[in-house]
Amino acid sequence: MICDNCQERDAVVHLTRIVDNAVTQLHLCEKCAAAKGVETTVAITQHPLGDILQAVQQQAPTTSEDASVCSFCGATARDFRVAGRLGCPHCYDAMEKSLRELLRRLHGSSRHVGLRYDPPVTHVATPKPDSVHDLRDRLQRAVDTEQFELAAELRDRIRVIE
Amino acid sequence: MTPPRPALDLSLLPDGGVRWLDASGPDSGIVISTRMRLARNISGYAFTGRARDGERLRMLAQVRDALGAVPSLGGSLLVRLEELAAVDRQLLHERHLVSKDLAGLDPQHPVRAGAAVFLGESVGLLVNEEDHLRLQALQSGFAVPQAFASVQRLDRELGAQVPYAFHREFGFLTACPTNAGTGLRASVLIHLPGLVLTKEIGKVLAGLQQMGLTYRGLYGEGSEVVGNFFQLSNQTTLGRSEDELQDLLVRVVRHVIEREEEARRVLVRDAGYIIEDKLWRAYGTLRYARSLTFDEAMNYLSGVRLAVGLKLMTGLSVYTLNKLLIFAQSAHLSRLEQRALTESETNLARAKYVRHVLVSEGGGVE
Repeated sequence: MICDNCQERDAVVHLTRIVDNAVTQLHLCEKCAAAKGVETTVAITQHPLGDILQAVQQQAPTTSEDASVCSFCGATARDFRVAGRLGCPHCYDAMEKSLRELLRRLHGSSRHVGLRYDPPVTHVATPKPDSVHDLRDRLQRAVDTEQFELAAELRDRIRVIE
Repeated sequence: MTPPRPALDLSLLPDGGVRWLDASGPDSGIVISTRMRLARNISGYAFTGRARDGERLRMLAQVRDALGAVPSLGGSLLVRLEELAAVDRQLLHERHLVSKDLAGLDPQHPVRAGAAVFLGESVGLLVNEEDHLRLQALQSGFAVPQAFASVQRLDRELGAQVPYAFHREFGFLTACPTNAGTGLRASVLIHLPGLVLTKEIGKVLAGLQQMGLTYRGLYGEGSEVVGNFFQLSNQTTLGRSEDELQDLLVRVVRHVIEREEEARRVLVRDAGYIIEDKLWRAYGTLRYARSLTFDEAMNYLSGVRLAVGLKLMTGLSVYTLNKLLIFAQSAHLSRLEQRALTESETNLARAKYVRHVLVSEGGGVE
């Protein structure tokens, strides 16, 4: 169906008007609808990831943080751009500046005003099962992603424990 | 050859996991259910997507060990998704107990090692979803405060046992920045046939997006709207408190309910017999059809649900309609028939099941 107004583009907005018991239908494209001040209906749900990637890509292509590597999981800003997901909680510190800007764009704010949280003190908390295994998994990931500096550091820490 | 996997014993699920279908909650004619979800991650591990199998399994072990001190999940059932056949994982998804991601239903993203769910009374804990933990509460009808109270209690109890990743400025940290802050997704599953039939729905949806809510289909993110069922939820999670996010949902949904009721009044007033005829035809099709696709069944059920809401049809309960919504899906039908079904066999089984339920539970329909 083409737009009743411009007769060119596809109509995406369909208006039903009832004036004095007479029903009229108006089919408009997005542009003409906007020009007439009609609120356009959003027909397709956008995947939130689409928003993020768009927002991230709108940032300067190479910021100084692009080169930054998360010291915990070895993820980089580039990894985030590709996957749309961060690697671990520490990534928020490693990429703090660009994430603050991104959070502002996504949420309209980067400041959490909800529930505050303090983690349980160690002796109350359920202990983490095995830290050497964790370090080995982190080492393997660092090797897989060619983060050799991080790998060397993790290897040293494992040696100390063993 | 791998041995056949034992079928999931549904009798072990508290209430079959579907108490939220019982239509006992407020406004349950229009609002099927309310869901509150909190996204949480545990300090000291990479997020699920980056973690290695060993890390995910150890994280699951840590959570399991902690649950002894978490009364909200006392007596809960632990289901390890990786141990289930695909049809059972799908069945849990059809019951809204696990997400598509956790169930590994997307061929591109098979089920992960350590993917699990703890199912309790009205609350559930998904482990190794996109975030380490997804805490959720499901309630019948429009019951935002009740659902939030349940999930908050679980959150407090669990957060006192395992250390959540929390940032002073950004709040609770999540794998995807769209969930950071409160980690709260407050949503309702709502049936809006009046607004769709009067073509007002576009305006309403555009309006709620301006208010900071978003909408999705029956199965959340990425799912299509079928049968005029919409999931409405908050779009943003950061910069507003949990109370503000709930208030927003309550205010907007209340307004949407009023608009829907108004649309239904307009329909009856301006097109009374046309609507009545259309809805009875929907009932007739469900009652006598020999093959029904999922979308067809949903659309006709939407019509019958509207007829019941308008009191044009009596003798059918909202509970029965809710049950049909969930149990007429493919994994449920496959379990009912006790075998794998092709698509056309599924459509035959669906029509048979719907006829059976309408006869046994809606015998007095007038």
